Amino acid sequence: MCNTSKAAVLTAIATLGLTLSASAFAQAGRDYVYVVGSSTVYPFATVVAERFGRSSEFKTPKIESTGSGGGLKLFCDGVGVDYPDVTNSSRAIKQSEVDSCAANGVTEIIEVKIGYDGIVFANAIGAETMQLSRADLFLALAKEVPGEADGELVENPFTTWSEVNPDLPAIRIEVLGPPPTSGTRDAFVELAMEGGCKATPWIAALKNTDKNRYKAICHTIREDGVFVEAGENDNLIVQKLQANPNAFGIFGFSFLDQNIEKVKGSLVDGVAPTFDAIADGAYPVSRPLYFYAKKAHVDVIPGLRGFLREFTSERAWGEEGYLSDRGLIPMPDEERRDVAAAVRDLRPLSMAAE
Amino acid sequence: MPRRRRREFTFRLLGMIATGIGIVFLGVFFSSLVAQGASAFKQTYLQLDIELNEDVLAPGGQLDLAYADFDSLVRTALRKELPEVSSRQDRRALYRIVSVGAAYQVRDLLEENPGLLGTTQTLWVPASSTIDMLIKGNIDANLEEALRPVSDRQIAWVESLRAAGRLETRFNKALFTNGDSREPELAGIKGAVMGSLYMLMVTLVLSFPIGVAAAIYLEEFAPRNRWSDLIEVNINNLAAVPSIVFGLLGLAVFINWAALPRSAPLVGGLVLTLLTLPVIIIASRASIKAVPPSIREAALGLGASQTQVVFHHVLPLAMPGMLTGAIIGMSRALGESAPLLMIGMIAFIVDVPGSLTDPATALPVQIFLWADSPERAFAERTSAAIIVLLGFLLVMNLAAVILRKRMERKW
Repeated sequence: MCNTSKAAVLTAIATLGLTLSASAFAQAGRDYVYVVGSSTVYPFATVVAERFGRSSEFKTPKIESTGSGGGLKLFCDGVGVDYPDVTNSSRAIKQSEVDSCAANGVTEIIEVKIGYDGIVFANAIGAETMQLSRADLFLALAKEVPGEADGELVENPFTTWSEVNPDLPAIRIEVLGPPPTSGTRDAFVELAMEGGCKATPWIAALKNTDKNRYKAICHTIREDGVFVEAGENDNLIVQKLQANPNAFGIFGFSFLDQNIEKVKGSLVDGVAPTFDAIADGAYPVSRPLYFYAKKAHVDVIPGLRGFLREFTSERAWGEEGYLSDRGLIPMPDEERRDVAAAVRDLRPLSMAAE
Repeated sequence: MPRRRRREFTFRLLGMIATGIGIVFLGVFFSSLVAQGASAFKQTYLQLDIELNEDVLAPGGQLDLAYADFDSLVRTALRKELPEVSSRQDRRALYRIVSVGAAYQVRDLLEENPGLLGTTQTLWVPASSTIDMLIKGNIDANLEEALRPVSDRQIAWVESLRAAGRLETRFNKALFTNGDSREPELAGIKGAVMGSLYMLMVTLVLSFPIGVAAAIYLEEFAPRNRWSDLIEVNINNLAAVPSIVFGLLGLAVFINWAALPRSAPLVGGLVLTLLTLPVIIIASRASIKAVPPSIREAALGLGASQTQVVFHHVLPLAMPGMLTGAIIGMSRALGESAPLLMIGMIAFIVDVPGSLTDPATALPVQIFLWADSPERAFAERTSAAIIVLLGFLLVMNLAAVILRKRMERKW
């Protein structure tokens, strides 16, 4: 027994030594594309990666789902094989992020807009189809709503939809949505709630005078149990809506698209969340999706150039491409052409900090 | 006396109720899991006569596997089955009933055996996941056409293929032989299982010797003083620390400081080592304590040194308990996903990892990723992956029980 135990210890040390040296080798070069970023773009980027990996001589890119902010942080950490080549984002890069990138030597960033994603406000298929305005959504979901007088705010008193707007049915407000860490929540708050919030003139005026207060009013969701944080899993929200016809859920268009016999989207400002309405911009709650690539990595990391080309090819992001089958809303023809040309020429982002 | 009896009766009743509730919950959990996941072990396949046409595959007389148009071969074969489909729109709908994996299958066949060029091969290729869901009854064909993802025409085509014996559900081999995929019909757990195995290997190789050595030292050699008490309290504390904390530690130490690669099973194994060490140390110490002092005293009395006593007598007798502890620690490590979040193992990785530094995911992480996928066919595959994970855990825990029963010694 004494010998076996010693042998085990020796093996352990030997294995550790071997693996450490092996990892040193692995880091010297990387033969696959390394992508990080948004969980909203993840379902699209992974499809592209898989098709690319299977149809080219390169390995399949590795895609980590880190969230937009986390992805940009990793991306901006530096240039070299240890750092990601591409980061996906459900929002545009911020100036502060460009600056922090530049501070770490990441200067030439290629911005690629890939299409649009709609955010839907849905309920069970058997329930009544709602006709909402963004102002209704704001009044139903904000923590504080405007009171009688200008400049006065009151704790959100509404408990039923008919109190918000007499045209709506008298059912209790009950909304399931993503947690604050989610990009979908950010986009919903910015596009739907803020859009409705601005309808009150004195709040809209605040935007220029007291931006923080404006944001606090427009972006804060009520916490009295009417809005339920249902986690990041949109499949779960769909299941809960099926079980409760009075509840509403907030999630991405692709989940509506995959569950058309279970849930339906409410009309927002008179427009239903359909593929076409999101594509031509008529549906108000939609956002562009992006990815960012490092110019310095192109032709250093095998397959990166090909991956960028595949992502921006017509068969991927075109009107009838495979990404549209997955629920990505394509950009207009001309915009696609321009972005694809920019990618071909590796034209970097122009807001680079000096 | 009757009061005492009554008390005993109530206590027993409460115990039985508690156990009953536990069993009911477990039963509901397992039955819903099996009800959902069982169908994922089957997959719908189509039989197609695919002509490996030289003119299509090798236009210039030179076959280039990377760029040859295998899709069009599959499409031609499908059109031959259903010649009445003519309009462009109908054809597009027709192509959707077969998986994109069909073309990969043809390519792999030709790669293995280039001599087949120019022949016609009869192949069973996977149907697309929506058709698979339709066949399995997860999509209701009686709903209004606008409310389901398959059209009336597609249903008619599928029915005619089925009538011709060209469509069958068979065992879903891809689930066990493929890595991850975004096409549910091609997605498999092999990559995740391999990732988990590599991690467990690292964990076992590191945590077992270290854990046992620490336990022996603390139990047999260490002086009893304030320091050893402090260490003991800390080890017990560590065993109760939420696992995500170990993930953060791993991120800071192994990735940021030691510059090991992200998403690698090596780092995952190191993090899980930290996680299982306290469990193994505690179990090993308990089994060392259980060795009767008379054995130690007898050996010492016969002139053995302290080290000889430990390695010749105590360790062999305590080994079954230590192994049980190690297996239980391993099965805890297998089920962990939270610490892996922090070290980049929540990733889409198609290629099955072949070494400790290749990017990999683990089985629980794969379950998490599939549960979050919009495609409906991933729901049943999620349950299937959970069943496989539970199977592994069951085998490991069973091994621990058997080992204990076999090697246990009574004094």
